[in-house]
Amino acid sequence: MRYLPQTQNARKAILDAIGVASVDDLFVDVPAKARMKGTIDLPPHMGELAVERALSAYANQNHAAGAGPFFLGAGCYYHHVPASVDYIIQRSEFLTAYTPYQPEIAQGTLTAIFEFQTFIAQLTGQDIANASMYDGATSCTEAALMAMRLTGRGRVIVGNDLHPHYWDVLKSGVRGCEQKTFKTIKDDEADVACIIVQCPDFLGQPVQYAEWRALCDALGAKLVVVINEIVSLGLLPAPSMADIVCGEAQSIGLAMGFGGPHLGFFACRTEYVRQMPGRLVGETVDADGKRAFVLTLNTREQHIRREKATSNICTNQGLCALAFTVHMGLLGEGGFKQLARINHERAGMLADALAKVPGVKVVNDTFFNEFVVELSKPSASVVDQLAAKGIIAGFALDGNRLLVAATEMTEASDIDAFCNALTEVLK
Amino acid sequence: MSAERKIESQVSTMMAKELNGGSRGLHYEESLLWEKERSDHSGVDFPQVKNFKNRTGQTERGDIGLPQVSEPQVVRHFVRLSTLNYSIDSGFFPLGSCTMKHNPRLNERMARLPGFAHVHPLQPQQTIQGALRVMHDLQHWLATLTGLPGVCLSPAAGAHGELAGVMTIRRAHEQKGNAHKTVMLIPDSAHGTNPATAAMCGYTIRVIPTKETGRMSVEAFKEALGDGHDVAGMMVTNPNTCGLFEREIVEIADLLHKAGAYFYCDGANFNALVGRVRPADFGVDVMHINLHKTFSTPHGGGGPGSGPICVTNELAPYMPVPTVVKQGETYVLETEDMRPTTLGRLKGFHGQFGMHIRALAYMMSHGGDGLRQVSEDAVLNANYILSQLKDVYNVPFDGPCMHECLLTEKVQKEKGVSTLDIAKALVEYGFHPMTVYFPLVVQGAMLIEPTETESKDSLDRFIGVMRHIADMVETGQGDELHEYPRSTPRRRLDEVKAARFPKLRWTKE
Repeated sequence: MRYLPQTQNARKAILDAIGVASVDDLFVDVPAKARMKGTIDLPPHMGELAVERALSAYANQNHAAGAGPFFLGAGCYYHHVPASVDYIIQRSEFLTAYTPYQPEIAQGTLTAIFEFQTFIAQLTGQDIANASMYDGATSCTEAALMAMRLTGRGRVIVGNDLHPHYWDVLKSGVRGCEQKTFKTIKDDEADVACIIVQCPDFLGQPVQYAEWRALCDALGAKLVVVINEIVSLGLLPAPSMADIVCGEAQSIGLAMGFGGPHLGFFACRTEYVRQMPGRLVGETVDADGKRAFVLTLNTREQHIRREKATSNICTNQGLCALAFTVHMGLLGEGGFKQLARINHERAGMLADALAKVPGVKVVNDTFFNEFVVELSKPSASVVDQLAAKGIIAGFALDGNRLLVAATEMTEASDIDAFCNALTEVLK
Repeated sequence: MSAERKIESQVSTMMAKELNGGSRGLHYEESLLWEKERSDHSGVDFPQVKNFKNRTGQTERGDIGLPQVSEPQVVRHFVRLSTLNYSIDSGFFPLGSCTMKHNPRLNERMARLPGFAHVHPLQPQQTIQGALRVMHDLQHWLATLTGLPGVCLSPAAGAHGELAGVMTIRRAHEQKGNAHKTVMLIPDSAHGTNPATAAMCGYTIRVIPTKETGRMSVEAFKEALGDGHDVAGMMVTNPNTCGLFEREIVEIADLLHKAGAYFYCDGANFNALVGRVRPADFGVDVMHINLHKTFSTPHGGGGPGSGPICVTNELAPYMPVPTVVKQGETYVLETEDMRPTTLGRLKGFHGQFGMHIRALAYMMSHGGDGLRQVSEDAVLNANYILSQLKDVYNVPFDGPCMHECLLTEKVQKEKGVSTLDIAKALVEYGFHPMTVYFPLVVQGAMLIEPTETESKDSLDRFIGVMRHIADMVETGQGDELHEYPRSTPRRRLDEVKAARFPKLRWTKE
């Protein structure tokens, strides 16, 4: 019970000061039926070393990415995070601070969020960005809801291969969403609030925005672009012609962490700001006229508008956004672009090597860091067989298709090992 | 100008420059990354790409406009920014309903073990048995502590858990042919997220007024329920946002169930009950748990959090996917194919797994015995503060409080000092303020939650400052409080300007 500072003497003194005989007297309002009898059926408290041992044993049952060749992406990417990032976000003043509702004593967090918003706006080619969202999938759903509020329309079309989880979350949260391809969307369809386009799409193909923009204009719909590998924005053109750009920024600053916490981002045009979900930090001055930052436009939010709020969100991924901001600060213009080029180069190396493996065909014409290969055997069983050999091969799509990714973590030796093992398995 | 004067003037110009980018004492002034001197290389060294060939099918991106600085500049920038923050490691955060408690660093270390940090959510399940086991164990702890056997860990925050819970209720009614149930009952003291969530799920909100006791009464509830035909459920925070346990909750829950409606409990105040009271025992059908509050994850200046839901066996088929189930000796993720009655997926991947590890590490450290002590100490501490301040501040409702106590500005307001002034005075005296102007049911609310991780000594210092502020008002020094805070990195901000002329990003002048 090392986290509890009260001593028995202090507890006694407090009971006396309150004027009750025991703690039970403070629980008098709880009906007898609801008071737990006896002890709870859970293990007793453990020392720090014992907890470390128990949880380390669990961790050791997992195959970590660093333990062997790794080619799995599909919306969550294995990247290197500079040492400084984790040191900065573990500083008590950032790590253990509260939501910056008291700006006089939260300028550190507020300034960092303002920088985060600026980075996201610059990367997406949009005017403004919010202080972050739960993850890419929920950010995508919020974008669809915002497009519905902006247009007063009830339909949402997903226009290309969207990450299946994003699609699942969208279906759960938005009524009236449907999946169509570019060819099947007629330019006289009414009541379409937005078309959602992922770039690169789930199968790794980069997207040309111009034709989607034209289609949205013809429909009077908003164009929502989803990015789930933010590093791609260092090489591909910015989706500046979109109305809303949302997605996942885990690749910068965050570990894969078995799927969370990750970092959703959300950017749009200035004129939509009052319909935007999530927190926003703005610049202002204090009583002495000094530049300062503060949470702003709160009138959109649930604590003021309650049932009329733009969304029920009352948080952001504060620490994850800070990790992103520190990592982006370290990368800078040159580093970020170089990171994108290295990722693309490694994917190219992987594609060239896989193309030479008997029974493997590279499907994509174009890609950023991820693409599809067609195998001569069902991909799910290939993935399992390679996992048994210590290689995490990729994401098994239907049938014989396999989605593979490379990043700056991918070495030539990893690619060799992968190709050799694949040759054997496909024999 | 004489030579002497010239030198003097040069020196003062230098000093002015120094001050501009320097500091006074340890109060740093820090520019933005974009305003720093541009370095000719970045803070990360990369290898050169050897045979770069663009296979994207698109032209390479041009200038983005990002800053470029070296590693020492970046580290200093963020360290200097950090010193402008108040945090739980530097002092007391008596924030009602927010449960700001000590953050054990063991939890951080556990979440960073490579076997947890560097695993991918879509790896073959035989390679992630340890991670699934963490989730399964956590589900067991939460089910035991709430008495609600169905647990879904995927919601990303408390408000997201609310959404998951209310959507579970909606899904159950849909599947049972109860489309006529379109109303959600919510007390007027509820968190703002409750009505926002219910509205997002398409429900009409019917408000239950708080009685003069600070609680719902059976009569007020009956009136809101009517014949119950159109009522889908009720969202209640218990203990409520006035810091009080709803005395008549068992009767209310029975009436609700008789009307075919479900009882949703907002779990924000679970810290008052953990290990001592199981919500299922007072009639709850579904509740979310703020893992970051009750089971401690650092708040991180705004998140991430984690808001799993716990539900009855009746509602379990409808809750979101995925959950972890055990098949023989193997842990597997229960997906939509395995449980077609589910409302579907609410978040990418499996939830905030990093928080699942932290919560489990915290639970194991406390154990069942320690968690019971948590709620006892939390309640003890809140009642201590109440008992020591009730003679100088207005206490709107009688009786012992649970883990937070409610005061109002009433006495001080008569002398021109508001809740906001008291909050800013606390800042000046080195404390984070309490939650202010919430709950809305009393004017000028001050909601104080000390948590179990404050010692008596720490509480006494807070009580001392609160009494000092009351004394200043009493002795006619109230005007001074309007000027507070004075010694902080920034003084009171012009929030109107920020909202009227929104400047939400840095741009080149």
